[in-house]
Amino acid sequence: MTPLSAMPDWVMLVTAALVLFGAAITLIGSLGLLRLGDFYSRVHAPTLGTTLGTGTILLASVVWFSAAQTRPVVHEVLIAVFMVVTTPVTLLLLVRAAFFRDH
Amino acid sequence: MSALVFDWSLAAAQVLLALAMGCATLRMLRGPRAQDRVLALDAFYVNGMLLLLTFGIRTGSMLYFDAALLIALLGFVGTAAFAKFLMRGEVIE
Repeated sequence: MTPLSAMPDWVMLVTAALVLFGAAITLIGSLGLLRLGDFYSRVHAPTLGTTLGTGTILLASVVWFSAAQTRPVVHEVLIAVFMVVTTPVTLLLLVRAAFFRDH
Repeated sequence: MSALVFDWSLAAAQVLLALAMGCATLRMLRGPRAQDRVLALDAFYVNGMLLLLTFGIRTGSMLYFDAALLIALLGFVGTAAFAKFLMRGEVIE
């Protein structure tokens, strides 16, 4: 495990930029969840966080741990695949239930 | 220098994610109908998972990754069960 002081500069900067970008995108999505008008428009907002936010933060994690352990660390792909598969399913179920309750 | 940038941007990212969790909590408390609250709970789970991942990067510990994976799994199961409940009025028929 490489200590923080021995990490290359570009790894730190790339990780920082990716994490900050992902967190900002997630915050924008959650603000949309808070601000938008009705349920069917609110469903769209948090998916910013679940797709682009999760993607960039997981990429930052891959870069960071691969540099720290000097070997490719890709188990973050598990979370990425899982989120990509499950988010549409859950939101589809939820919107169907909401539609059923509204009509 | 870049260590300083790294530390501050990870701290800032954690603050942003905590604010996002706060937004989801507000929607969960306010949400006019049950489906809004379930959607807010789902967003809350995802934001908490991302916060755990940033904690993991910051401390250099792999343990946070397992917790994040577990939260992702439980969030899916919970939201699916809630959606089923809203649809049918019961979870297991």
